[in-house]
Amino acid sequence: MIVAPGEVVGLIGPSGSGKSTLLKCLGAVIEPSGGKMVLGGNTIYDNGWKIPDLRALRRDSIGFVFQAPYLIPFLDVTDNVALLPMLAGRSNAEARARAHELLDALDVGHRAQAQPSELSGGEQQRVSIARALANRPPVILADEPTAPLDSERALAVVRILNQLAVQQHTAIIVVTHDEKIIPTFKRLYLIRDGCTHEERGEGASL
Amino acid sequence: MISLAGRDILHSWGKFVLTGFGLGLLIGVTLTMAGVYRGMVDDARALLNNSSADLWVVQQDTQGPYAESSSLRDDVVRSVLGIPGVERASNVTYLTMQVRRTNLDGAGPAAAGDDVRAMVVGFEPGQLGEPGYLLAGRQITRSHYEAVADVRAGFVLGDRIRIRRHDYTVVGLTRRMVSSGGDPMVFIPLKDAQEAQFLKDNEAIVNERARTAANPSLNRPGVPGLLEAIQASQANNRNVNAILVQVQPGIDAEAVAEPVRRWKHLEAFTRDQMEEILISKLIATSARQIAMFLVILAIVSAAIVAFIIYTMTLGKIREIAVLKLIGTRNSTIAGMILQQALGLGIIGFIVGKVSATFWAPVFPKYVLLESGDAVRGLAAVMVICALASTLAIRVALKVDPAAAIGG
Repeated sequence: MIVAPGEVVGLIGPSGSGKSTLLKCLGAVIEPSGGKMVLGGNTIYDNGWKIPDLRALRRDSIGFVFQAPYLIPFLDVTDNVALLPMLAGRSNAEARARAHELLDALDVGHRAQAQPSELSGGEQQRVSIARALANRPPVILADEPTAPLDSERALAVVRILNQLAVQQHTAIIVVTHDEKIIPTFKRLYLIRDGCTHEERGEGASL
Repeated sequence: MISLAGRDILHSWGKFVLTGFGLGLLIGVTLTMAGVYRGMVDDARALLNNSSADLWVVQQDTQGPYAESSSLRDDVVRSVLGIPGVERASNVTYLTMQVRRTNLDGAGPAAAGDDVRAMVVGFEPGQLGEPGYLLAGRQITRSHYEAVADVRAGFVLGDRIRIRRHDYTVVGLTRRMVSSGGDPMVFIPLKDAQEAQFLKDNEAIVNERARTAANPSLNRPGVPGLLEAIQASQANNRNVNAILVQVQPGIDAEAVAEPVRRWKHLEAFTRDQMEEILISKLIATSARQIAMFLVILAIVSAAIVAFIIYTMTLGKIREIAVLKLIGTRNSTIAGMILQQALGLGIIGFIVGKVSATFWAPVFPKYVLLESGDAVRGLAAVMVICALASTLAIRVALKVDPAAAIGG
């Protein structure tokens, strides 16, 4: 499975097929039992070998968007986004500038000082996307990001992801079983019987 | 870097303040308990300081007059005055009893509620043992039936109080004159105090005379005057509880005490020895009692902080998983929980200190809140909170970042 920068790839499969497990492996949260994973030319896993600092890898190179936004409730919108650059060692001013830039890009800049509980579901999800992009990661993993949203908002989120993938030069993998958005993916992988099959795209013939 | 703990406290300040308030009341009780002990020690020191004595001469083989009863003849003071190095010496008596305020016309006792437990001190006016400082009124100038009382007894100038068989007029008020048990002192002339302590009531004297007269060995035929002499000795008691001694400047009190012990067959205690008796022996049990309370309160405080921080952490498991997933260090998460526990402790300490300061004066016994105890209390609260947070930190560190993804 290869995902290039600027691409948005869908990953579907029946319940229990291992979508979330694959996402956890890709997210360097759990170790795969075998195989090889390469990110931006750097090997992350190789049949039992792994890079030593997975936490730093997750912080600097992988963005996460969850089914629910899971924003930190005691931080305002700006700091929810700025937290990642700060964890990466950037100054508060630099981190907040990046947060404002992303929030403006995602059309929630006007809610920068709000608390997460004051935002609508769609706004919260956009903030969580901004958070995922904060450290300019080469890849974003999205776990059913449109599940709690209605059709209109779900499609809006997918549009945003597609735009950002191109603008930020980021590869995005979206795990979903949301039929509303499945048709929007140019490339789509299906997990079945423990294997990934490319259902749509260049390798679809496989 | 953002202070995650600070932001969380600000976000749910109501919960923190209310919890801190509850914890603070507990800390206030703890500080007050320490203050009660300090007050007892200070009362003991005040008792010694106010007597202006360098040496206490008491009955042999006793630790009187405060820790044990002591009785010695009142003429012994003359021989003590003759010992080299003695500047002044005077007799004193101490008797803890109920003192009743009587009606102003002296017609009889007032309501039973007017009883006050007090230590009645008999002293020779102008001599050692006299209250050194008066808030109001004057010192005792008459030989009988005048009293000076500590203000905590609740008497006012002109009050009539009854001690045993006689009524006394309160002519002066003093302060910080309390017994080692915290009872306010009432000072009366020595002769009256001797009567109050040793003289029996009329009926008892009549009965004793009859008993003596009926005793053939005390009422021998052919020995005129024997019975009268025995009865006279029974009716009079010239004992005191202690002799207060002030030594001459530059003279070591122990140098005066040694000949008193050797030649007078009495016991003599220096200031340091008497302080040791009062603090290490007399209030030792109370001190251990208070220490037990302090230990229990510390354990309860730790349990409360641990429970609160633990439940608050359990309520943030998903957020902690997200924080770990996005690369937050374990030390940052542990620091957040530790800071919250310490924050709770600081809120609790402030509330506790303020509460203790407000309610300490209302206590019937003297409560001394020392700055040193407050500092030690703050340090103890911080340590307890830090230890209490370990349970929650342990839970937080075990949170799997994978919990943030999927099911």
